[in-house]
Amino acid sequence: MARIELNEVVHSYLPKPKSESDYALKRIHNVWDDGGACALLGPSGCGKTTLLNIVSGLLTPSRGRVLYDGKDVTELPPEKRNIAQVFQFPVLYDTMSVFNNLAFPLRNRGLSEIKVKERVLEVAEILDLTPFLNKRAEGLAADAKQKISLGRGLVRSDVAAILFDEPLTVIDPQMKWYLRQKLKDIHEEFKLTFIYVTHDQVEALTFADQVAVMFEGEIVQIGSPQDLFENPEHRFVGYFIGSPGMNFLECTIEGNEARVDGAGIVLDEETAAKGRKASGKLELGIRPMYLEVHARSGDGMVKARVKGVEDLGSYRIVALMLEGQTLKARLPEDKPVPEGEVWLAFPPQWTKLFADGRLIS
Amino acid sequence: MSLVLENITKKVGRETHLYNINLEFETGSRNVLLGHTLAGKTSLLRLMAGLDRPTSGRVLVSGEDVTGKSVRKRSVAMVYQQFINYPSLTVYKNIASPLKIARVKKGEIDRRVRRTAEMLHIEEMLDRLPAELSGGQQQRVAIARALIGDAELLLLDEPLVNLDYKLREELRVELHDIFEERKAIVVYTTTEPTEALMLGGNIAVIDEGRVLQTGLTPEVYHNPATTKVAEVCSDPPINFLKGTIKGGAVRMGWNIEMPLEHHMKSLMDGDYMFGVRSNHLSLSRNDKEDVEIPAKVELAEINGSETFIHADYDGLRLVVQENGVRLVRIGAEITIYVSPSSFFVYDEAGALVASPSREAVEGKLT
Amino acid sequence: MEKWPNNKAWLLVLPVFVIVAFSAIIPLMTVINYSVQDIFGPGQSVFVGTEWFREMLADHRLHDALWRQFVFSGLVLLIEMPLGILIALAMPKKGWGVAVCLVTVALPLLIPWNTIGTIWMIFTRPDIGLFGAGMNNLMGIPFDHTDNWLDAWITVMLMEVWHWTPLVVLMAYAGLRAIPEVYYQAARIDGASAWSTFLYIQLPKMRGVLTIAFLLRFMDSFLIYAEPFVLTGGGPGNSTTFLSIYLVKIALLQFDLGPGGAFSLIYFVIVLLFCFIFYQALLRVGKGEKV
Repeated sequence: MARIELNEVVHSYLPKPKSESDYALKRIHNVWDDGGACALLGPSGCGKTTLLNIVSGLLTPSRGRVLYDGKDVTELPPEKRNIAQVFQFPVLYDTMSVFNNLAFPLRNRGLSEIKVKERVLEVAEILDLTPFLNKRAEGLAADAKQKISLGRGLVRSDVAAILFDEPLTVIDPQMKWYLRQKLKDIHEEFKLTFIYVTHDQVEALTFADQVAVMFEGEIVQIGSPQDLFENPEHRFVGYFIGSPGMNFLECTIEGNEARVDGAGIVLDEETAAKGRKASGKLELGIRPMYLEVHARSGDGMVKARVKGVEDLGSYRIVALMLEGQTLKARLPEDKPVPEGEVWLAFPPQWTKLFADGRLIS
Repeated sequence: MSLVLENITKKVGRETHLYNINLEFETGSRNVLLGHTLAGKTSLLRLMAGLDRPTSGRVLVSGEDVTGKSVRKRSVAMVYQQFINYPSLTVYKNIASPLKIARVKKGEIDRRVRRTAEMLHIEEMLDRLPAELSGGQQQRVAIARALIGDAELLLLDEPLVNLDYKLREELRVELHDIFEERKAIVVYTTTEPTEALMLGGNIAVIDEGRVLQTGLTPEVYHNPATTKVAEVCSDPPINFLKGTIKGGAVRMGWNIEMPLEHHMKSLMDGDYMFGVRSNHLSLSRNDKEDVEIPAKVELAEINGSETFIHADYDGLRLVVQENGVRLVRIGAEITIYVSPSSFFVYDEAGALVASPSREAVEGKLT
Repeated sequence: MEKWPNNKAWLLVLPVFVIVAFSAIIPLMTVINYSVQDIFGPGQSVFVGTEWFREMLADHRLHDALWRQFVFSGLVLLIEMPLGILIALAMPKKGWGVAVCLVTVALPLLIPWNTIGTIWMIFTRPDIGLFGAGMNNLMGIPFDHTDNWLDAWITVMLMEVWHWTPLVVLMAYAGLRAIPEVYYQAARIDGASAWSTFLYIQLPKMRGVLTIAFLLRFMDSFLIYAEPFVLTGGGPGNSTTFLSIYLVKIALLQFDLGPGGAFSLIYFVIVLLFCFIFYQALLRVGKGEKV
């Protein structure tokens, strides 16, 4: 069990980093609570694997400290950190049986054979691996192999956290569902700290109660799946979570209105007040799902033109032109298809304001 | 130009990969082959390209039999799942390669390379090597190479499957626009119904080496002719409940009852299979007519815009699609609501006998 | 996958067929032809059936040479395989050291074989050779490979190990480099010792290349000729007369083509047999525990 704390962690792979872009991690200051299911979500190259390797001890950060339950472990190697890691591709000891694979970390730590057997049988049962215990690990399917990798972490009673690095990459789509459910079950049962790195939003949001979104070496937001969707604090979160991503419109603030060229969109008073004080490039953000499309004009609505409609079966995506800027609305299947000129309503609670990519609120 | 596949059968060893395929493609058309992995989509594409030869049957191009003609002599371009580029050539030379082989003049090559690169937003990367690009950019190069030659037949074999979902989303929209301007026959394979719908055009639903249904993509989506087609055309999987119609009422599962109304009115008494897509199941009541299904939550998959709640009803797995992020506890008892007007009805042989009327679904814009 | 039927493709096989015919089949037929005849001179020969085979199989000098050959090949494998793996493990994994090490290690492989014999002959000469004279004069250990059979063996083994261990090193190194970094990371997290890491990760992952290295080293050492011939000429006495040296003595120095042919075929069958046995055994080794 452990609470994992990252204190002002900075990392560069270069010996003498010069510019901002030489850093793989810019400044990570973050705490993961004991027993939490956490995900690190971001596109390839955002630094999430670097961060994971710093947590596990495979990498020592250029600057900053890593604390487990308040104890500084920055300089400790992974074998002294009581963590386990599941990698993108199954890592097994090919020549050993499944049983011996699971027993390996225990035997390395000098446990008696009786205890080893007890633990291995227990964990194998939980992971549905009992029928395979005497089989050689090499010939098994990818999902069974990943379960063995996970099992090598679970057998250790001293394990504080299990780290996952895109663990479902090589799993068949049909089996992914089963493994996601299994992971959730195991988290419930063992109450271990799980840190799960992925570029796949479904995996991150399904698995974790706390998702940290990473972008260009920074954590831009940490929150529940609902927070990330409904209240993105960074332009990138708005874009990356949800399909299609959030709409962004360049705007200026005049009174209580956001002006997009000729069109004025009413904001709630608090947002407008902060917007008036904010500096930098101002953008209005709204999720396509919350943008309302009407045939007739109404209070506070702005006029737009329909550019195209994509029917995706369970919903439609309508591309709209508003004062020379494009935005998308997502309509459910049972809503009719608008044509030509339409009127858009921006519900104030879903209309966000961003300055230089960061949420103002 | 037209492409016709006539009674095509393909056997490899003892296994039959394709059974008696008959398909027609017109120039300027967009065509999607939709099917699960290993359904035979790639085999079919290879036959069209001329990379393989059918065991029996004919391939006709503009009425001429080309069954035995080598791929080199046909006007074909292909894009694969893997990002296939010449690793030692720059992006520019990669894109130019089909024209170079065709001995097009230098100035003309330059003009067309730049135009195609611009279309795919890789004009800044022309001097780089493929290994220096991201996955998405590499696949853009491969697509540019396929587009540049103005081939009459453009084949794409799940070109987006190895890309991250955001890239997939972006490239999908771009491809749709690019295909619209092409005069070629475009054939595109995918496992995802959403992708098929997005590209529009015609669709052929393929399963286990057989063509199950053809038609306009939205038409097929809204009227899947068999239970199998409904399954292939639905992601998340369509929910099926066994039931009977007797005395003007429908009985499904072990405790679901609803009146025999709407599009089902004219159905005779008997045993049927009732299918409903996950977006028509809901965790809240939308109409007083709605039928209630008690179930137990197994997992909630969240992709941001939607939450897919997998729930157990009497040993059957039902999937409910809700908009936005919905937090539900695993193991919680829930009630699923569904409108009687949203069921596809199949007879005992698995053939469609009634599908929800589109008028009932499409309301009026207010 | 079904390809386009094009019978012209067969023409492409023709050159290989012709080369194989000239390089392998025709010489082999000639040898078989010799082995069943007694040849007195051009155009004068008598068919003798299996006589030469029986004679050669009963030849105690051949038996001695065969035993010597087995001991030699056995020692070669016993020394070169572990030594090669050890050196490969000790080599740097990245940086400028890699190129330096690889070139240094590969150097002996670049020298012509009979030159190697000459180098070692001079190197170990008891009067003027650095090694030989050093042993005798500086260390005070009497050493003369032209006179003492043990010294001759030591010299031949040293030369062989110096010459061919680099091949094992290069192959083992390539095998080691191909192991993904995550395997080492996982082993560290599992708390594995360096020895466990070697036993359960490095060795199994190197199995493929080591099998090939083993077979190559067996075949080459079993067929060794030029180096010991130049170095010791098979002596002193017959102590370093390996199979091929003995064969050349019969076939070329005594010009007994019949027995020479029979000997060659027996030799050929032995090599083939052992390669097969080793290959089968190595395929099973490291397949680990029974299911």
